[in-house]
Amino acid sequence: MGLLSRSVAITRYRVEGKLKAPILDAMARCLKEHTISEIDGDVSDKAVGWTSFDRPFDPDFEGSSFVIGDYFVFSLRIEKRAIPPKLLKKHCAMEKAKRLADSGRQYLSREEKNMIRDHVRNVLTLRIPATPYVHDLIWSYEDASLLFLSAQKSAGEELEALFLRTFNLSLIRLFPYTTADLTMGLSGQERDVLLKLEATNFSE
Amino acid sequence: MLDVSVAYNRYKFLGYEYLTWLWFVMEKDQEKIRALAPEAVSLEIGNRIVLENKTTDAPESITITGDDAGLEEGMLALRKGAIVTELNLLLKTGEQQWQFTLKGEGLHFAGFKTPPTGPVESREDLEGAVLEKAYLCGRAIQCMDKLFKTFITLRVSEEWRRKVVPRIKQWMHA
Repeated sequence: MGLLSRSVAITRYRVEGKLKAPILDAMARCLKEHTISEIDGDVSDKAVGWTSFDRPFDPDFEGSSFVIGDYFVFSLRIEKRAIPPKLLKKHCAMEKAKRLADSGRQYLSREEKNMIRDHVRNVLTLRIPATPYVHDLIWSYEDASLLFLSAQKSAGEELEALFLRTFNLSLIRLFPYTTADLTMGLSGQERDVLLKLEATNFSE
Repeated sequence: MLDVSVAYNRYKFLGYEYLTWLWFVMEKDQEKIRALAPEAVSLEIGNRIVLENKTTDAPESITITGDDAGLEEGMLALRKGAIVTELNLLLKTGEQQWQFTLKGEGLHFAGFKTPPTGPVESREDLEGAVLEKAYLCGRAIQCMDKLFKTFITLRVSEEWRRKVVPRIKQWMHA
């Protein structure tokens, strides 16, 4: 979901740790190392990487292209390829029938059936283009806060894993407990109480 | 700190209680909202509330949608033990308006609409629009953070049990 769309979803994160100076050089190097790879033309069924906010299908992290004002702005791109199960079943059945006709046999072994399935899957994977999913993010480095423009659980998990691999920094998702514990300035005593809280029963 | 996935599930109720408290404050104490967040002229319920009642053997979910939907069913559900799990909100300051759904479980925003940003025709326009959008998102988020801070400070104090919960119950059963 694009940052400049009329309606967006937002998940908030806190970034734990800092990059080694010079920060812009470190950012550019890390982003280039983990830029999304195209998977059209190979048999991978998924790819995850960074892409440019303004050029999601032609990423370029040269210079400070990912800097806007005080923010780092770039995008997570996930490429997924899914073979419809019925299509896989149809092509496996066709291939099995051809194999039987060619060999003059009446049955195929389990191993042969598995080999046919793998072969058909690879052939179809090469023919079916991957679908791109692009999720923008805004990282306020000084505030150690990050807005991720998605509320999808799977996209959030990909973001957290790739962010750690790329920058060696952890992202902590801000849900009710972490928001209270990490960002609300509670005292040590209040945080101890928070830890022991149980749900309120309003209907008693 | 606790393991994140453990903390997420263990303390989901905090988000639900926050939204329930927020509805109560919007109904009974708009002045408090203005005092806490002077930038907010008003905070109102938008076009959707989702409530869940987990106190029964078969948990129930109640969804109220529509711009002019009555909230009586929601109040009835609250009286039966339901809590608010999603709340669509309208935040207004001057002539500007934000609308978003706040999800209690993860405290994330869905359908987040800010006041419109300028048109984008060049790289400079794009940077300007991004900065404007970040600023506009940030204003609403800061406002909601102030409200959450008030809630959580009350929630970890004795005042929650002694004063706030009785007032919320009184409001539910009025």
